[in-house]
Amino acid sequence: MAKLTVEVVTGERIVFTDDEVDMVIAPGASGTLGILPNHAPLITTLAGGELRVKKSGQEYAMVVFGGFMEVTPDKVIILADAAERVEEIDASRAEDARKRAEDEISKRGATEDLAAAQASLRRANIRLRTAERRRSGRRSELPGT
Amino acid sequence: MPSTREIRRRIRSVRNISQITRAMEMVAASKMRRAQQRVTASRPYAERIEAMISDLAALQLDAEQLAAFPLLAKREIKNIEVLLVTPDKGLTGPLNSNILRRAGKFILEEAEAPVKVVAVGRKGSEFMVRTRQDVVAEFTGLADSLTPEDVTAITSVVIGDYVSGKADAVYLIYSKFNSTLSQTPVVQQLLPIEPKAGSGEYNDYIFEPTGADVLTELLPRLVEVEIYQAILENFASEYSARMVAMRNASDNARDLVSDLTLSYNKARQTQITNEVSEIAAGANAMRQQG
Repeated sequence: MAKLTVEVVTGERIVFTDDEVDMVIAPGASGTLGILPNHAPLITTLAGGELRVKKSGQEYAMVVFGGFMEVTPDKVIILADAAERVEEIDASRAEDARKRAEDEISKRGATEDLAAAQASLRRANIRLRTAERRRSGRRSELPGT
Repeated sequence: MPSTREIRRRIRSVRNISQITRAMEMVAASKMRRAQQRVTASRPYAERIEAMISDLAALQLDAEQLAAFPLLAKREIKNIEVLLVTPDKGLTGPLNSNILRRAGKFILEEAEAPVKVVAVGRKGSEFMVRTRQDVVAEFTGLADSLTPEDVTAITSVVIGDYVSGKADAVYLIYSKFNSTLSQTPVVQQLLPIEPKAGSGEYNDYIFEPTGADVLTELLPRLVEVEIYQAILENFASEYSARMVAMRNASDNARDLVSDLTLSYNKARQTQITNEVSEIAAGANAMRQQG
């Protein structure tokens, strides 16, 4: 069966790369996209959210915060503004960041700070949601334990 | 011949200098490793985004549609802006003078219109002010651990000036990092963006939301990435050049110390010989008298 080469790249590093991938599920700007091998060529912008990569029954999860994705029949290249693997998410730090951002938003109305605070709140929420889903997902995969 | 005490003093001062240069060499070496890693890690992103833009610009849109994107639009060049990326500090061997000479040559000889300078890094800014160039903005004290978001301020100045017509072309001048021993000053056109010919492999891309939307987001991103990349190249070059310069200085100091030690020993020996012959002469004189 055909496989996909997947690269997730940010300005700072290559977050993920593999050339034997079965499926990519990405948060496209106009809805979640599932990409299988031999997909039609596609270029899209990405929203912030969870990016999943399936490879021989295993699933790797990442969060991306905006960016672009180019799909060709045998390749998926994701240029993320920022991205991290789920294992790298520090839930307690994200939780702190969320609280801080919420405080900031409720306290003041200065527009520039407000936008920055809202952006960091959004990022914190995406991180938390993804980390949470991973944890519960793993539990349900192992019935009886 | 200088006295032994003078030579000893010189040896001590050269040793002190070599201790400092050796410490600076080690600091630069560790920073260099990190900076080199960062610059290599960020190259793939810049390459991919450029390839994506070429693919997009080449097939999807005709000349008229392309003209709707201000960052692609070519205008008659009446004003040029130079984004000059240099280190904040000196002691980098020939690196700083090379980059400044290149920038000077560009402004005086190559640019076909008056040039405004946006300086990133204190060395470039000081040089341009000293030579009475038109410095419109300066950014100094950037951390070498900067992220792509940290260059947003610089990007918005440059894009702002281009879009508002204050500049009709923007060039990026920085030291490209080739290897620890080699860095080259580079002049690169930043705006207008000139897409390279695409691979042309696929010409039926689907766009979401639309090709224009994607391009609108992609273009400023490319400018930002190019600036970010140039700053990383500059840091890698700076630390590499400084490490090499400091290593040379330490080596020279060591040679100097061994030369000085030799002349110190010679001087000491001469002095002892003199003393011995004086004593001998004195003893002889005494014996003859007695």
